[in-house]
Amino acid sequence: MKTLRLSALTGLAAASLLLSGCASVRNIEPWVKPYERERLADPIMKFSRDSLPDKHREHWHDVREGARGATGVQGGGCGCN
Amino acid sequence: MAATRLQRWLAWSAPIRRTLRSREALRRVAVVLGGGLLAAHAAHAVDLPEDKAEGMIHVYSGGGVTASGPALLVRKNIADKVSLSAGYYIDQVSNASIDVVTTASPYRERRTAYDFGADYVYRDAMISLSMSHSKEPDYTANTFGVDVSQEVFGGMTTVSMGYTRGSDTVLKHDSPEFMDRVTHWQYRFGLTQVLTPKWIASANFEAISDDGFLGSPYRAARAFGTLIPERNPRTRSSRALKFRVNGDLGARNAMHAEYRYFWDNWAIKAHTLEGGYSRYFGELWLADAYLRYYKQSKALFYSDDAQAETLYLTRNRQLGTFDSVSLGAKLSYTWKKVPGQYEIKANGAYELVQFKYKDFTDIRTNSPYSFNANVLQLYVSATF
Repeated sequence: MKTLRLSALTGLAAASLLLSGCASVRNIEPWVKPYERERLADPIMKFSRDSLPDKHREHWHDVREGARGATGVQGGGCGCN
Repeated sequence: MAATRLQRWLAWSAPIRRTLRSREALRRVAVVLGGGLLAAHAAHAVDLPEDKAEGMIHVYSGGGVTASGPALLVRKNIADKVSLSAGYYIDQVSNASIDVVTTASPYRERRTAYDFGADYVYRDAMISLSMSHSKEPDYTANTFGVDVSQEVFGGMTTVSMGYTRGSDTVLKHDSPEFMDRVTHWQYRFGLTQVLTPKWIASANFEAISDDGFLGSPYRAARAFGTLIPERNPRTRSSRALKFRVNGDLGARNAMHAEYRYFWDNWAIKAHTLEGGYSRYFGELWLADAYLRYYKQSKALFYSDDAQAETLYLTRNRQLGTFDSVSLGAKLSYTWKKVPGQYEIKANGAYELVQFKYKDFTDIRTNSPYSFNANVLQLYVSATF
């Protein structure tokens, strides 16, 4: 019973925090305007400039390392046995 | 009771069935749907990927393995609605790796892969479909994927998610009786956030599950000093989480840093850390340099030389304890540029990698195995 009451109180507190959070998030405006993103559009700032070399790099890593995934490179078949 | 239900369904579906029977009605539905899509398309805010062609020669050489070949990729917009892409990739492999020379015979083989993709932009969202086919004499892999990304918060945040299903067929040379399959499920989520006019960050998560034959029919494990065929579990589930940040340092200089943490239910844990620096030299040259460190712990059933009987056993050094350090450089030269029409760039990238295995013994020298690899990419990219 005590645990139930504690969970209910915690849930209520979390919900009120979330709601107040949502209300304050609504007040935040995008602070970098589209015309201020010129530097971010330069090739030097891109996460991936060319997809072929990135796919090749991901492939030879996948074949030789135990880790895989979350590279941001859209996946294809590995064919690595 | 069943008859009442049937009558209700017949009454409800009568207008639909009438529409389907009439060609004129079908034409009207198509016009309304198509018009809606076109109207929505005209209002979109996200641009389709630019038309592009890439041609590359790649070489990986190290540890007795050489894999090289050409690769091509072409991307073209169709009527400014859909961007289609097609890729072709060849890996000509000559394998005399330590596993092969100590337990089998060196071999040569060729892997050919084809990729097709289609991207469709709808307002602030992009929907991408992709499929690939990869074929080696003893391994065939097919994948189908769908990705959706959506710009929110005035274009400062991009949320993306994707799913890929892969199905492979595994064969074995000179053993026509051997045939097995593998299925892969990949689920990915991504978040890209513009932080300031000079800094951008991303977070990616990917969960991958595999079911089927997850080893090699050729690879040998070692138990009590004797070579035996490896035995891998038939399922695997992994997670990876990556954070990346790119920053403009001013005066046409930039840097990037990224970290990935990986873990799976085979008890492998891996850390990948990378940092890089980029800068322009004049109007035509762009150079990059980066350093990458990778470290992983071994799978539960990995053993250099098992001293106990276990259900699963492998000596695949990809699943052992090792680390690697890479040092890479990239140079890009703008060969021809006609603003608003086309741009052609010639690029070269080189990476030196040093692999050091902690629990994989070179049985020829009885010492821990290590080797260096050289990776070279020469490519031309053209936007038009």
